[in-house]
Amino acid sequence: MRLHNKVQLFSVINSHLISYPTPMNLNYSWNWGSLAGLMLASQLVTGILLAMHYVGHVDYAFASVQHIMTDVPSGIILRYAHANGASLFFIVVYVHILRGFYYGSGTQPRELVWITGVIILLVMIITAFIGYVLPWGMSFWGATVITSLATAIPVVGKHIMYWLWGGFSVDNPTLNRFYSFHYTLPFVLAGLSVFHIAALHQYGSTNPLGVNAQSSTLAFGPYFGPKDLLGVLFLALFFSVLVFFYPDLLGHPDNLIPANPYSTPQHIVPEWYFLWVYAILRSIPNKAMGVLAIALVFASLFALPFIRMGGGKFFILTEKLFGAFLADVLLLSWLGGKEITPVTSFMGLCCTAFLFIYLLGILPLIGYFETTVQSSNK
Amino acid sequence: MALRRVVATLMPKISQPVAETVGPVANHAASCYSQMLAGPLDFVERPQQPAGSTFRSFASDAVTALKEEETKLTPTNRISMSPTPYIKYDEHHHKRFAPGTEGRPFAYFVQTGGRFLYASAARLAVLKIVLSLSAAADTMAVSSLEVDLSGVEEGSTITVKWRGKPVFIRHRTDAEIQESAEVALSELRDAQKDVDRAVNPKYLVVVGICTHLGCVPIAGAGNYHGWFCPCHGSHYDISGRIREGPAPYNLEVPEYRFVDEKKIVIG
Repeated sequence: MRLHNKVQLFSVINSHLISYPTPMNLNYSWNWGSLAGLMLASQLVTGILLAMHYVGHVDYAFASVQHIMTDVPSGIILRYAHANGASLFFIVVYVHILRGFYYGSGTQPRELVWITGVIILLVMIITAFIGYVLPWGMSFWGATVITSLATAIPVVGKHIMYWLWGGFSVDNPTLNRFYSFHYTLPFVLAGLSVFHIAALHQYGSTNPLGVNAQSSTLAFGPYFGPKDLLGVLFLALFFSVLVFFYPDLLGHPDNLIPANPYSTPQHIVPEWYFLWVYAILRSIPNKAMGVLAIALVFASLFALPFIRMGGGKFFILTEKLFGAFLADVLLLSWLGGKEITPVTSFMGLCCTAFLFIYLLGILPLIGYFETTVQSSNK
Repeated sequence: MALRRVVATLMPKISQPVAETVGPVANHAASCYSQMLAGPLDFVERPQQPAGSTFRSFASDAVTALKEEETKLTPTNRISMSPTPYIKYDEHHHKRFAPGTEGRPFAYFVQTGGRFLYASAARLAVLKIVLSLSAAADTMAVSSLEVDLSGVEEGSTITVKWRGKPVFIRHRTDAEIQESAEVALSELRDAQKDVDRAVNPKYLVVVGICTHLGCVPIAGAGNYHGWFCPCHGSHYDISGRIREGPAPYNLEVPEYRFVDEKKIVIG
């Protein structure tokens, strides 16, 4: 009997990675999942290596990062690969999610895939946020602002905030627990990713046509292995150009100033991948409502598979509205980095409103209005 | 047994009408399939199906694809046991390579080139990762230590920290130097002449770690006017050589040089 049929481990690898039946019409939009796995691996490796040199104490953290940049062999590569790797991780995951929106990947029976995916997104956001604070630059103000959101909770909000901080302001206890969580959560992410793929493999991948493709499948290994490799090579090229030629392009110079608890920089903004959330938060003048709005965004993401999120192929109106949704999210990201003026506030409010209308109104209803191409031609 | 005999006699009677209806179909399908097996691969060159032929499906072709006298297996068994690469795709808008021009050499060159690049990338990644664990520039910077000996009085020992380890520097008296030189090499567990252990015999520079299991010996103690290690009782003489006790080697002499009459650089 052949080895990969006889040995349990190899047989599992074979059945899920090599001979797994995959629809033969998958396009490059399906590459992003494996690319996300690759970025997670890259972050894990660079992160573990960085942790050998980083010191998690308020008096040494900033200097330890400079030590990594100048003294540690290849430290500059490790640091930039980790920082830009986070940005790339988010780019890949955002495109992956957009694929899910466009092709309706989360519709039944793949609800669990979608839900685990949203959980992964949440864990990624938390991990990236606390990771950004670790160099103890001016991003520590971002930590102060976001953890202060806990005060939105009535009565016990302030005490929860002190509990989160481990003190009365963002200081050494906060940094230490951030470091601990930042090291732990990526392994949780790895486990969640395995769960995500297991959930997918219950029913197999969807395909661009959105119809049942189980009669026309190919083995994953020989065909989509090389295709994924091509995607990996392109991503590696882009990653390398970023890390070696434009390493500070996606960062903010404020983070290169040591943390000063007595003055906040004028243009403090979160990293680019949080700007859309930041815009939603700022567009609602009421603090508690702003926090609720963000919570509502994620709640609606969780609920999407159950309130009908059909795919866009052959559904022309759905495709156009998806385009509007994409433009809306991009506009929100742009607004998140701008100063608050009456114009930007109003735009932010409109964009947030459209986001909710799209997620909770348009997506469920469009399925009823637009059924098939044939019926709309009649 | 009897049943088999009955079936055997009945078979020809049953199969005859079947053969009469299926026959022409079977022959047509067989000819299609055998043409695919033996004929040219290029679709353009294959003989076109005569107009009006009713059976063009892949399934019907496969069902009775049987070259004459080739095998006794039923067609479906034969197909499943020896699948052929001759899958009938819809190729009306495809263009195939002419046989022999598929470009395998070029493709293999490209793949091999790629594999060389993957190998270099893997080597680079491993090297960068493994070497990132080696000493950082600041550690290397403190790996050399300059010591000013002008403060060390004759007959006294100072201890300095070098590369995280204690280093004993003893300003020896002439009597001590004489004593060290007179020791017979045969008496020593680790035979070394005193002149080989000190650049300038007036100053003895040794690493203050016992060669037994790593404790720091005490100066001015022991039976040989040198050092005594309290952990397991090793005695070192005034040249730092092991004389008594479990230690196997003399105290290590680090790399050092005199940059001035009273200044040394260790490491």
